[in-house]
Amino acid sequence: MSGAQPETPLQRQRARTIFQKGAPGRRAFTCPALDVPAADPEELLPAQLRRREPPRLPEVSEPEIVRHYVSISKRNFDLDSGFYPLGSCTMKHNPRLHERAAALPGHARLHPLQDPARAQGALELMWRLQEALGEIAGLPHVSLQPSAGSHGELAGVLLTRAYHESRGESRTKVLTPDTAHGTNPATVTMAGLQVVKLATDEHGGIDLDDLRAKADGEVACLMLTNPNTLGVFDPNIEEIAAVVHGAGATLYYDGANLNAVMGFSRPGDMGFDIVHFNLHKSFTQPHGGGGPGSGPIAVSERIAPFLPVPLVVRREDGVFALEHDRPASIGRLRGFHGNYGCFVRAYAYICSLGADGLKDASENAVLNANYLLARLREAGVAEHLPLAYGELCMHEFVLSGGPMKRELKLKTLDLAKRLLDLGFHPPTVYFPLLVEEALMVEPTETETRETLDDFARAIAEILREAAQEGPEIAQNAPYSTPVRRLDEVAAAKRPVIRQAL
Amino acid sequence: MLAAIGVSSIEELFARQIPEAVRLRRALALPEGMPEQDVYAHLRELAQRNVSCEAELSFLGAGMYDHYVPALIDMLMERSEFLTPYTPYQPEISQGGLQVMFEYQTAISELTALPVANASVYEGPSAAAAAAYLAKLHNGRSRLVVSAGMHPHTIETLRTHAHGYGMEVVEVPLVAGRTDLEAWTEAIDEDTSAALFAQPNFYGAVEDAPALAAAAKASKAGAPRARAHARAGSPSSNGSAAPSTNPGAPVVVCQVDPLTLGILRPPGECGVDVAVGEGQPLGNRLDFGGPSFGMFAAREEYLRRMPGRIAGETVDVDGRRGFVLTLQTREQHIRREKATSNICTAQALNALGGVVYLAWLGRRGIVELGELLLARTHYARESLTAIDGIEALHSQPAIREFAVRLDGDVAAVKARCARAGVNPGVDIQALTGREEDRGGLLVALTEQRTRRDIDRLAEALGAAVAAEREAVAV
Repeated sequence: MSGAQPETPLQRQRARTIFQKGAPGRRAFTCPALDVPAADPEELLPAQLRRREPPRLPEVSEPEIVRHYVSISKRNFDLDSGFYPLGSCTMKHNPRLHERAAALPGHARLHPLQDPARAQGALELMWRLQEALGEIAGLPHVSLQPSAGSHGELAGVLLTRAYHESRGESRTKVLTPDTAHGTNPATVTMAGLQVVKLATDEHGGIDLDDLRAKADGEVACLMLTNPNTLGVFDPNIEEIAAVVHGAGATLYYDGANLNAVMGFSRPGDMGFDIVHFNLHKSFTQPHGGGGPGSGPIAVSERIAPFLPVPLVVRREDGVFALEHDRPASIGRLRGFHGNYGCFVRAYAYICSLGADGLKDASENAVLNANYLLARLREAGVAEHLPLAYGELCMHEFVLSGGPMKRELKLKTLDLAKRLLDLGFHPPTVYFPLLVEEALMVEPTETETRETLDDFARAIAEILREAAQEGPEIAQNAPYSTPVRRLDEVAAAKRPVIRQAL
Repeated sequence: MLAAIGVSSIEELFARQIPEAVRLRRALALPEGMPEQDVYAHLRELAQRNVSCEAELSFLGAGMYDHYVPALIDMLMERSEFLTPYTPYQPEISQGGLQVMFEYQTAISELTALPVANASVYEGPSAAAAAAYLAKLHNGRSRLVVSAGMHPHTIETLRTHAHGYGMEVVEVPLVAGRTDLEAWTEAIDEDTSAALFAQPNFYGAVEDAPALAAAAKASKAGAPRARAHARAGSPSSNGSAAPSTNPGAPVVVCQVDPLTLGILRPPGECGVDVAVGEGQPLGNRLDFGGPSFGMFAAREEYLRRMPGRIAGETVDVDGRRGFVLTLQTREQHIRREKATSNICTAQALNALGGVVYLAWLGRRGIVELGELLLARTHYARESLTAIDGIEALHSQPAIREFAVRLDGDVAAVKARCARAGVNPGVDIQALTGREEDRGGLLVALTEQRTRRDIDRLAEALGAAVAAEREAVAV
């Protein structure tokens, strides 16, 4: 296999942007007629505040727009078409009911500044979602406002600061394990605190000695994902919570991996004070190619006074209201009430599954991950791609590509790129950082056993191909995708980030 | 499957991994699951208890507007290929989404007349907070000077975030509906990291943006000693770039309403460094406030401190044009605690709606729409302020939204209008809490509100104000 192969139809179709299409005068939009008396334009808007030349937007007809975007959409891989075992991202099926429900005019065309008395359905939905998330987390006080996971993290660290400040303490350090998502340390800096890294022990959990040594009076918080990004549920979680609370710090739960434990174990019961949810992971908000997301937070009693405003409350008379008057609040994190459209979808999901269904979801997520791990071992993959930590896993697992690289001259990147030719989205690669040539696999509960079998066979096939025919095939992959390996170095060196006109 | 794993039950999988003490040994206290049709009926019932812009004649605005969303946007945003992928970490199979980002960046750059734009941030107010953080990384100073004409949610959001990264927020008052230029100039000192204003402002007034930007650039902050405040080794990837004009000047940030930029002088031509804005007016639904998207555009020198994803052009091994996520060394997954932002998931799908909308409007359409809004707003303003008991809150130019003062309690007047099926606008004081805003009503128009609708508004609002005056007199 090489570049000498004939181009596929998609490859032949060279990328041209919407700005390179159309012709002067072409258009899709018809402006409503001027139905009010014409006025002197200079009087309405003085020349020095006016735009001189119209922005150079495309000049295209509706059929051109539709064909353009439908055509380029086909240059995307998507979850509806194939297996997407992207670790830490929980790419579970997105039910179409949710899109239909969110598009109802009563939701989609509801203005955020409608009087609360005339938006009771929306406020009730938000209140019910708050209640459900609080129950799932085991932490009763919920704000839906943060826009995504990282925004929820920022809220969480600001809440921690506010909590300590209310006690007259100024704590400056936040502990994060070296397995943490990159958003954790980035958030800490944005919230004005300093990151202190914690080591991982030989079982993949937090190194308790390291924690004890670092958990001093300057520590504001420990940010933890549990199960962590290795797919390991920390067996010492009770001890960790005791050490952190003993030092007077709070415990923050990164909810990216909540899909492993819904109905089985609750962050609140593990001792966490603050949790963020990713509605676009555990609760099936479609990811949209990079958003929208939604990152509600749930907190314990002692953190509750500081929650962002406004909160949705149910008054004694049963009426739902937006509560702004919360003097200790950290304030507002964004405009309006959060990503309501995501709330509709997440709420629909919780209604569909109910208590048992959510537990089933986690059960099957963990079953699928362990089954896939077992099939990979059975297929002889483990020899080159061993499990980085432990024997079993929760909802995801991390393989180390170190032996594969040494024995087969195949890097994790090559394996990932070769998977593209076989029709799979690769797992998350090179994360977490402490695993050599990491490959992080999260199958989710909505995949069938047949799909998992196919994927295990595909990995085994790539390793066999490398062993028997040499590593070059995978090293030069992919071959069949709309474009082949892209020069990312050149892109960063001389950034071209818009169409030249 | 259990046999393949080598366990006897699913319970064993959990029991071997989760300590018993933290297991939940009861069912979650949530209702039982429901079949699809029942869930739909429930969500429909909730929707019916909301009064949407379809169910009344609405003049609500203040940041989000009831523009017509063309049908093709719904169709494209619901396509599996755009709806269901993750962030494009594998560019070879994500060219569709990456090209959309690249086109979106081009459109935002054109609209704002600024050379670089990212692929979106969350929404409007937090975009302003992201700009403030960029300023902090750029010059290391600690003060944000903010026009009181910014949206109250923006000011509150700035305060929340600024407390985190250790900055103070100083508010500059308005005079005659616009930022007080003298107070603005006075407030900007050598510790000022960024100076922020909105165009048009929250009260609908078109600001003299060139004057505000020029004043900020020429302010006391321009003194050479100000550079000494810039913190060495601030967390940035490649940051030596000093502002090209006045080395001590603060970063000038303008929050714009993108839909007005067909006729309004764009930030890049007003001396603005960073433009941010709420993207909802561009082809996104109201959705009770989100999801939408935040715009973020800047001068070239801020490129390596921008937050969020940026798509860049490159070639593949065979020389084909392609797109990748670029300048990733700014980002949290590479840079961790030294990242320029913690943002990961942004608003890619909503930004798709934005760029499709801009292509649909097109180069001429965005100007025509702006002129239509300008004319109808003028007509509505004249109609309403001709009514006894309604006066203009200011007389500055207004494009699509304007403020009036009612002689009467706004909530009571709104309740009377509601009975006539009209929602006349936003109670200004309820949002700002400012004493001088008592009686203030913010009225917003879109192309969906015709002259007949405006006449109906004038009739309903006039009657409501009169009735309210009478009721109070009695």
